[in-house]
Amino acid sequence: MKQIKIDKIPARLDFIQSASGLILALFMWAHMFFVSTILLGKDVMYSVTKFFEGEYFFGESYPIIVTIAAGAIFIIFIVHALVALRKFPSNYKKYAIMKNHIKSLNHTDTTLWFWQVFTGFAMFFLGSVHLYIIMTNPSEIGPYASADRVVTEWMWPLYILLLLAVEIHGSVGIYRLALKWGWFEGSDTKKSRNNLRKLKYAITIFFLTLGFLTLAAYIKIGIEHKDKAGERYHQVTKTVQQGAQQ
Amino acid sequence: MSEEKNRILKISILRFDPNDPEDFPHMQTFEIEEAHGMTLFIALNEIREHHDNSLKFDFVCRAGICGSCSMLVNGTPTLACKTLTSKLGVNISLAPLPLFKLIGDLSVYTGQWMRYLNQHLETWIHNREKELNVDKLEERMEPELADEIYELERCIECGCCVAGCGTIQMRQEFIGAVGLNKVARYHLDPRDKRSDEEYYNLIGNEDGVFGCMSLLGCEDVCPKSLPLQVKIAYLRRMMIKTSMK
Repeated sequence: MKQIKIDKIPARLDFIQSASGLILALFMWAHMFFVSTILLGKDVMYSVTKFFEGEYFFGESYPIIVTIAAGAIFIIFIVHALVALRKFPSNYKKYAIMKNHIKSLNHTDTTLWFWQVFTGFAMFFLGSVHLYIIMTNPSEIGPYASADRVVTEWMWPLYILLLLAVEIHGSVGIYRLALKWGWFEGSDTKKSRNNLRKLKYAITIFFLTLGFLTLAAYIKIGIEHKDKAGERYHQVTKTVQQGAQQ
Repeated sequence: MSEEKNRILKISILRFDPNDPEDFPHMQTFEIEEAHGMTLFIALNEIREHHDNSLKFDFVCRAGICGSCSMLVNGTPTLACKTLTSKLGVNISLAPLPLFKLIGDLSVYTGQWMRYLNQHLETWIHNREKELNVDKLEERMEPELADEIYELERCIECGCCVAGCGTIQMRQEFIGAVGLNKVARYHLDPRDKRSDEEYYNLIGNEDGVFGCMSLLGCEDVCPKSLPLQVKIAYLRRMMIKTSMK
């Protein structure tokens, strides 16, 4: 049979958009759990930081690991943004038509798409700033270093906006991915979709709550540590134990 | 005996005759008394009969089968004949479906768009036989498969999914759920001998399945409750698989 030539690019772009979105969303959920360890105490957060710097594997910290990881995420982030751009309204006229359609149709999933585009656009700037800082200052992560960045270096306004954008964009994105590819369809697709939507709202609320509590914890530490900004955290237990041995 | 008064409905209709150079789009409100079991189709007939006989709207079957009376009811695409006024408030706005050629008032020419779509997607069985033999028995198929095909064949081409689709609002070349549903229907049919690559050439692009943004307006406004979301996901998976061959 004669082989028919097909243009594989549209399929690849669609796949790349979904795959990169899925990786970023899963990463963000994991990231939120890691940073929220501050709620369990400074020592726990410090241990997580050292774990990602490879201290438990190599015996000493290598912040370059954080730079490489942040760089990889940054590349996926840029690729995702690039391929997702093709779904954005390409000019003001199309934006106005879409806005009018959303208003007139008053349809939940169409409205959610608008929020996804809006938060995605916001993340071009907010996410890039954060990723660049982490990439270039990999050793500046820790109970005091992160809290100083939030308060003394005035990152809290950006983090509030970034938190809202990421959690809304991520949960709507995962929900849409499930529908787009037919995951968790089940025998009753209407019921499955309803359940997925409820799960989406629950996930958004959960991560926003966790995120704001975490941010509040860093702000509290940052304010308390303001006078000693720049000083790094050291595990108290370790120091006391070492002191006792001496 | 207490007499309950019927509601007075205020029906605002977008009026416009594109063939009249002096006319311009404007809303006109009619007040009519609601009757028991009244549908929008009945209400529109009452308006035409007692208020304004120039009002244009379409209907044929009055039973949700022909798809002629599709229109925007309070912004949502639906069939006038299937919509009970009792399910709506007293203020009702009616407008023609967007994107289709306007004939006048609430009447649009969906046939032009649908014909182009059917020609473009070649929505007929491609059996590869050079000569038509009407005496030949059709290939048998499993009842479950026949049911699945029939389910998709129930599309009445009313245009509601097109009007409810945000993607088409921005990119009018997009074939919409109606087109994708048709492709899924023929892809399922074992009598259609088109290869996956041929199907890919039909819908494996931004005007086809990869243009769909999964807004699901189509699924939610379809008056026949067709499984559009499921079939679009099925086509997407199939097209990705084909692209990986």
